[in-house]
Amino acid sequence: MTRFFAWAAFLLGSLFFLLPLIGMTEFSLKARRGEYSFDAYMRVFEDQRFWDTFSYSLILAAATIVVGVFLVVPTAYWVRLKLPQARPVIEFITLLPLVIPAIVIVFGYIRLYNTSSFLPMTGSALGTDILLTMGYTTLALPYMYRSVDTGLRTIDVGTLTEAAQSLGAGWVTILARIILPNVMVAVLSGAFLTLAIVLGEFTMAALLNRPAFGPYMQLLGANRAYEPPALAVIAFAITWGCMGLMQLVTRLSKHERAKA
Amino acid sequence: MSFLTLTHLEKTFGQNRVVKDFSLSIAKGEFISLLGPSGCGKTTVLRMVAGFETPTSGGITIDGRDVTGLRANARNIGMMFQAYALFPNMTVADNVGFGLKVKGAPRAEREARVAEMLKLIGLSDLGGRFPFQLSGGQQQRVALARALAPRPSVLLLDEPLSALDAKVRVSLRNEIRQIQQELGITTIFVTHDQEEAMSISDRIVVMNGGVADQVGAPFDIYNRPRTRFVANFVGTLNTFDVQVTDPAQGRVTLAGQSLTLPDAPLASSVGQTLSVALRPEALRLGRLPDAEALLTARVTDVHFMGSVIRLKAEMAGALVSLDTFNRPDAPPPVVGSEVEVSLSGRDFIVLQG
Repeated sequence: MTRFFAWAAFLLGSLFFLLPLIGMTEFSLKARRGEYSFDAYMRVFEDQRFWDTFSYSLILAAATIVVGVFLVVPTAYWVRLKLPQARPVIEFITLLPLVIPAIVIVFGYIRLYNTSSFLPMTGSALGTDILLTMGYTTLALPYMYRSVDTGLRTIDVGTLTEAAQSLGAGWVTILARIILPNVMVAVLSGAFLTLAIVLGEFTMAALLNRPAFGPYMQLLGANRAYEPPALAVIAFAITWGCMGLMQLVTRLSKHERAKA
Repeated sequence: MSFLTLTHLEKTFGQNRVVKDFSLSIAKGEFISLLGPSGCGKTTVLRMVAGFETPTSGGITIDGRDVTGLRANARNIGMMFQAYALFPNMTVADNVGFGLKVKGAPRAEREARVAEMLKLIGLSDLGGRFPFQLSGGQQQRVALARALAPRPSVLLLDEPLSALDAKVRVSLRNEIRQIQQELGITTIFVTHDQEEAMSISDRIVVMNGGVADQVGAPFDIYNRPRTRFVANFVGTLNTFDVQVTDPAQGRVTLAGQSLTLPDAPLASSVGQTLSVALRPEALRLGRLPDAEALLTARVTDVHFMGSVIRLKAEMAGALVSLDTFNRPDAPPPVVGSEVEVSLSGRDFIVLQG
């Protein structure tokens, strides 16, 4: 009986998630009257704005990941090594982006860094891109921090650090050659989550008026019928591709396999 | 000539004084063990030498250089940890060569040294393996090679054998000692295992409550413990109360038998009770011609341990342990039987402190 309810719950849950996806995919293939075709996908791929916004968001995602790694890995490492009592505070801070809406953050940015402020970052495209990258870093912080922290939990940070120190290594060497390679899978998990967040983010990019993928999807959704679901399917494919890559990296990493 | 000197070392964590006025001089090439129960401060002393803890007061010099305030990575010290601490992302060869790489040694020199170290530990064929592909004993050998590769001035061993099974422990501790003597490297070994400490050390420091209770060669520590703690902690001990009959001659009585204690305190007065102890091997089974006294004991337990048989027996109002060598032609006494036990005053340890 318990088994029946378990299967029923599983089936219901699967339907809840899969039916809209199937419906959306099916609709995206109906651009040609009376038959299934990839016309909507072709039109999306032929649109130069798709490639422009997609590549723009990819570049910003890469920048966000780099900033995130440089910010989070040393922080999480230091907290684990020297300030374990500060962990609850750091965890709370990294959770704040989940409770403070992106629109609040971006209005704060605009107010602080507008053209008449002491640091007029919105006055240039590059400045605004930097601002947007910082915003994305903030949004990705909860995911990046948790991924890295979980990764650090799987290794004996303290002893490895002392072993490296006794062999003459300084902090930069320890971080770059010992800690980072050992939490690489966790960092990649955080990186792929960051990529997914950046590709789908709309609020910050729209209010800072940058040509990102999120506002393009919104624009397309407001004006076309078949292309938006096609774009959504593409976005899902990218996200799942990232998750697949995460799995692949975990499996291919020899020493990570040992920890599992 | 002292190579490593610890002078009046103190370490306090909050209100807790973990190490108290600890001083020690270690000669070049000497193998010293810090022995004591958990929380006695032995690891803290080692960590202060390594540079992982800063002494609250006191100083540390290595080869005449004051290293008290020096960072851990600038002390040229090799260290082995209980948890191996091999870098999981690196192969065995990369682990061993890490210290040399950090120092900027040329590739050719590094590779030659790594090969030399792997040969020293007998793992020349395993340079390409990752730590997870090795057994615990092999991992700890690699950790030893890694610690020795950069030619450190001092080798620190923080309970490196604790995580290994009994057989590997014995073989690896002998290997460590052999390599240490071969290289002539000054070594400090932290352990709570007295047998381990006694089998490989030149000198042992028995620590209790943050202070060094006694420093000496294993033979002296075992046979001439200076405090009750050292006597109890190192080896098995049978304790008795004896009555002083002649303080000048050091004569006492135990269960009606007269004995002469060479170490009896001269200040003892007639009738005073002294606490004395005997090692299990000092109680000898049977009537022996050179014995000073003969007592009767009732066997309560027999443990056959191979070459040695340990008996538990009731003697002179106390439960004692008694060791005798195994002899194939003489089976051990049975439980409940009465045996004669020979003992001599010269074997007694007078307990103080």
